[in-house]
Amino acid sequence: MDALFQLLNGFGDALAPMNLVFAAIGVLLGTAVGVLPGIGPALTVALLLPVTFKMDPGGSLIMFAGIYYGGMYGGSTTAILLNTPGEAASVVTAIEGNQMARKGRGGPALATAAIGSFVAALIATIGLAFLAPILVKIAVRFGPWDYFGLMLIAFVTVSATFGSSPLRGLTSLGIGLWLGLIGIDQLTGQTRLAFGIPNLFDGIEVTTLAVGLFAIGEALHVASRHLFAPEKPIPIKGSIWMTASDWRRSWKPWLRGAGIGFPIGALPAGGAEIPTFLSYTTERKLSRHPEEFGQGAIEGVAGPEAANNASAAGSLVPLLTLGLPTSATAAVMLAGFQQYNIQPGPLLFVQHASLVWALIASLFIANIMLLVLNLPLVGLWVQLLKIPLPWLYAGILLFATMGTIAANPSVVELLLLSGFGVLGFVMRRYDYPVAPAIVGLILGPMADSQLRRALQMSQGDPMILLQHPGSATMIGIALVALVAPFVFKGLSRFRQDED
Amino acid sequence: MATEIHRGIHHGLHRPTVIIGLGLIALAAVTWNDARGMTIRANYGVGADAASYFVALFLAVLGLGHLIAAFRPGIEADEADWGAVAWIGLALAGLIGAIWAGFGFILGSTLLFAFTARAFGRRALIVDLLFGAVLSTAIFLLFNKLLQLALPLGPLERLI
Repeated sequence: MDALFQLLNGFGDALAPMNLVFAAIGVLLGTAVGVLPGIGPALTVALLLPVTFKMDPGGSLIMFAGIYYGGMYGGSTTAILLNTPGEAASVVTAIEGNQMARKGRGGPALATAAIGSFVAALIATIGLAFLAPILVKIAVRFGPWDYFGLMLIAFVTVSATFGSSPLRGLTSLGIGLWLGLIGIDQLTGQTRLAFGIPNLFDGIEVTTLAVGLFAIGEALHVASRHLFAPEKPIPIKGSIWMTASDWRRSWKPWLRGAGIGFPIGALPAGGAEIPTFLSYTTERKLSRHPEEFGQGAIEGVAGPEAANNASAAGSLVPLLTLGLPTSATAAVMLAGFQQYNIQPGPLLFVQHASLVWALIASLFIANIMLLVLNLPLVGLWVQLLKIPLPWLYAGILLFATMGTIAANPSVVELLLLSGFGVLGFVMRRYDYPVAPAIVGLILGPMADSQLRRALQMSQGDPMILLQHPGSATMIGIALVALVAPFVFKGLSRFRQDED
Repeated sequence: MATEIHRGIHHGLHRPTVIIGLGLIALAAVTWNDARGMTIRANYGVGADAASYFVALFLAVLGLGHLIAAFRPGIEADEADWGAVAWIGLALAGLIGAIWAGFGFILGSTLLFAFTARAFGRRALIVDLLFGAVLSTAIFLLFNKLLQLALPLGPLERLI
């Protein structure tokens, strides 16, 4: 009941005119960016972080949440009309959605994606509002050892379990952990790996790494492989409305997609790709028209799109309640909170209760805005696909470097950004995942200080990690998750991409 | 997107994997050496050097893993257009050079825009330079005047 009351209060804040404007800017920007190939929601939030540095924290966090939800919607448009998914989470949508568009049923495909996303995000956001306070009650009792165990799970699941190969994922994590060492240690004042360069004393900025790896790395990769042959979007013919039979075939996949997406998104192994694949295979098995799969079955659009949006809301659960990012976008959003000296975690719900409930309420509002804006504006979004790719990528790089220059106008920072761009290029070229590096940079220093705090309390006895049942269980889970992919090669079927 | 289909399989010692493995081991050595030079000790528990030693060991194990993996068939990366990569390098160098020499944000971003467009196959450098200049000026005015960010000033920016 308490949660419901606070949620109502949150609506009061979120409905303030300025916050509505921020939510609207967020969903429009997010959708536009989700539609454009080459930029996902993680990169957009990273690009906007330095720009919003001087803004009100509540407003800009509401905007970031709008971008996250909008990006999830926008990706489906590209997937259906272009067969080039705008982000990894809509790869599955492209399979059936593009077939539907080719048969002149692009309208209903877009409609089932949009309404399914709305239904799923609504269910998942209700789930977030009710699950978060429960998790917070558990998490306030966590000691440093428990946090350390939790971070170990996040490290292993993000990098080892679902990457294209555990070695590549762990290498990406290792690079992130190494970058996290750089700078002055907060507990002792000891400088690590700064080599006497003053710009390195404060450590590596998460946004510099994220923008370098995503924007510059992606641009180098796309340019080097000539992936810029123009593709024409399929025009939408006929009615965009769904027929009665479309509705009948869509509503169960929406609900099932939401049921699959939310819990998996909330798990530390999260991400949106696994639930979309699971939803697709489930719908294919349950469908009364299995022969249509591969030829444009509407269930194959409805289910995965619902799953993908539900998982976006699900990944906000560990982010807000535990401060644990489980996807690249969540990792960058965590950096967004930290920019305002707000640390997500159980204390967030105590210290910044009005802010966090306004954020959750604004997710409902963003979701309604997306439903109202998306279908009527689909013609506008298609126009975005006509921007020539050379200008699109030139513009992306211009914004990427501008954000870095605005945050820290130094040549060293730009050289770091370029260096991370080259790193991102090499990683893409040899199929290393990028997200573990970002998670490693954020969580590495946190895991380091939690472990040392735990060891200070036990006066240096490492057994403290195993004496507490919570941390012992979590370290056990992390170990199993680390060893399992080497034992069961079959797990590598679940390949996770980042956006 | 890591789901590339048209990648060949390479046999024999896989050179990129060897190079990445050696790079990881070198990074581990640098980190270990840095940790050995640390002077501040913690009173209880472990100090700031413990994490460095751990990461150094982790990187060394990963490096060895790469050297072992190099004997198995690996991914053959696609042919790359190094000319395009060089144009993006020139674009970034143009921006960094302009900031370093104090020529300001607009000139640097104009060069960045035009050279990046060239990397993606545009053949109209003059048009792109003009378009980039208009875009950079608009961004400079928007962010420096309206949002009060501090983009670096050059002679041109001081005039506006």
